Amino acid sequence: MIHRLTFIAANTFREAVRDRVLYNLVAFALLLVGAALLVGKISIGLERIVLINLGLSAITVFGVVLSIFIGIGLVSKEIDKRTLYTVLARPVRRWEFLLGKYLGLTATLIVNTFFMCVGLFAALLSVTRSLSQTDLPILIAVYFILLEFLIITAVAILFSSFSTPIFSAVFSFAMFVVGSFSDDLRGFAGMSEGIQRQIAYALTYAVPNFAAMNVASQVAHGVRLPLALILHNTLYAIFYSGMALSAAVLIFERRNLK
Amino acid sequence: MSAIKISGLSKTYTTGFWHRSLKSGLKDLSLEVHEGEVFGCLGANGAGKTTTLKILMGLVFPTSGSATILGREIGDPEVKRQIGFLPEQPYFYDHLTAAELLEYFAQLSGVEAKSRSRKVAEMLARVGLSESSGTQLRKFSKGMLQRVGIAQAIIHEPRIVFLDEPMSGLDPIGRREVRELIQSLNDEGRTIFFSTHILSDAEALCDRVAVLHQGELRGIGVVAELTAKSGGKVEIVFEGKQAMPNVQQLGGECRVAGETVRAILSGSVVDKCIDSIRQTGAKLISVNPLQASLEEYFLSQLPDVRLQERS
Repeated sequence: MIHRLTFIAANTFREAVRDRVLYNLVAFALLLVGAALLVGKISIGLERIVLINLGLSAITVFGVVLSIFIGIGLVSKEIDKRTLYTVLARPVRRWEFLLGKYLGLTATLIVNTFFMCVGLFAALLSVTRSLSQTDLPILIAVYFILLEFLIITAVAILFSSFSTPIFSAVFSFAMFVVGSFSDDLRGFAGMSEGIQRQIAYALTYAVPNFAAMNVASQVAHGVRLPLALILHNTLYAIFYSGMALSAAVLIFERRNLK
Repeated sequence: MSAIKISGLSKTYTTGFWHRSLKSGLKDLSLEVHEGEVFGCLGANGAGKTTTLKILMGLVFPTSGSATILGREIGDPEVKRQIGFLPEQPYFYDHLTAAELLEYFAQLSGVEAKSRSRKVAEMLARVGLSESSGTQLRKFSKGMLQRVGIAQAIIHEPRIVFLDEPMSGLDPIGRREVRELIQSLNDEGRTIFFSTHILSDAEALCDRVAVLHQGELRGIGVVAELTAKSGGKVEIVFEGKQAMPNVQQLGGECRVAGETVRAILSGSVVDKCIDSIRQTGAKLISVNPLQASLEEYFLSQLPDVRLQERS
């Protein structure tokens, strides 16, 4: 079983690399170079803060776009092109296929994020002329962004297991946006009453809590992040992705591949 | 033991936005395929051939009925180690080369790592793609894809090979190559179950065939026996046009070439016909029983199709 998961994940990673998915790194690099050049001129004394905020936001946007657009195609593309038929005609269980694809895309996102992170530190070095221990929390912020990718990829796979690619993209993107403002949603629920309050609270728990994972501002201002937050976010991401993937598997196991 | 046993298999699809309309893909199909035979599933487009194959491969779930492969329920992972499948109009991961694709499928089929490379090379040689082993599949022609498709279906040496329209869309040379490949697989003792609407291929390859129409089984049996059932005509060749009126009176269709007359008529009037030819002094040359083609049998099982085509 582990072998089959590894083979499917490796093939998914190879497909992403050969389909030039990692070319987005060029756009990211250009953005950071441009930002590094501009930042010094427009934000005297705040270069570090602006660059960290901009860099982490760019890593998030680039990664989320990849997670959603590749995630929704992981299954639907295989069905449309019928490449899935020859895989499932072998001793490969449907859940193994789905999980293998998920792991392959996760590996792609980790590699992509690693290079973007290296780019961010390089830009930071070029602007501030030195790196210090206070820059290390950036790695925690990048780790949280990766956790966001794990969740949004699982959500994209869940939607694509029963919906069309376009709707899946719209739903997944909506989940990302609402999840990013989950703190505001919780605040709204607290101020509401009656059925509206219940619905708002239900939504708060249903959408992924990305607000807790966005620590760009704290990191940029050198605020220390508690270990409990790292642990909480890690467990939360594993739990949420696990639930989304389990639901996707339940749907996919019953699906007729016409 | 039967290689494949299908019992009362039915499949109904829901269609429309609200999934309220029902469309029948397969109706109470029962058949058995013996080990070592080449079995053809014939039918026009939409007859239920691909649905049958997809159910057997576990890609589509039946509405009712059951099927076993090598005595085990379909969907059993152990069964899937014993079968190979080539889908209709195959499309493979086109970012891979032919060798990488076969390596990947060998991995998924549980072929041991130490023998994988050797098997990949053997399969590529067998389907005549050794020289293209390093070429990405996006650069392959349809015929080459079909051949790599057959290679992936047999890389793990399955006991049963399922082929969905393996000759469809190929040129005559490609068809002949695929036909020879199928024949060689059968010569090795593998059971072949293939669907096709190209009757000449089925006639050349199959030990037995099943005819499907609109999801229903219309006929099943040994090709020679089926064609004999719908035959029963005899060709009589003689010299002497004077015998022609008598032969025509017995229902014979005559064609004349010089003094030679070639008549085709029902087997039940052969004796009368021979007598009348001799009486007129014509010279009898030969009497040959005619066997109907599979196409004639196929069409005889689908009278409503012919009516629709005529109207």
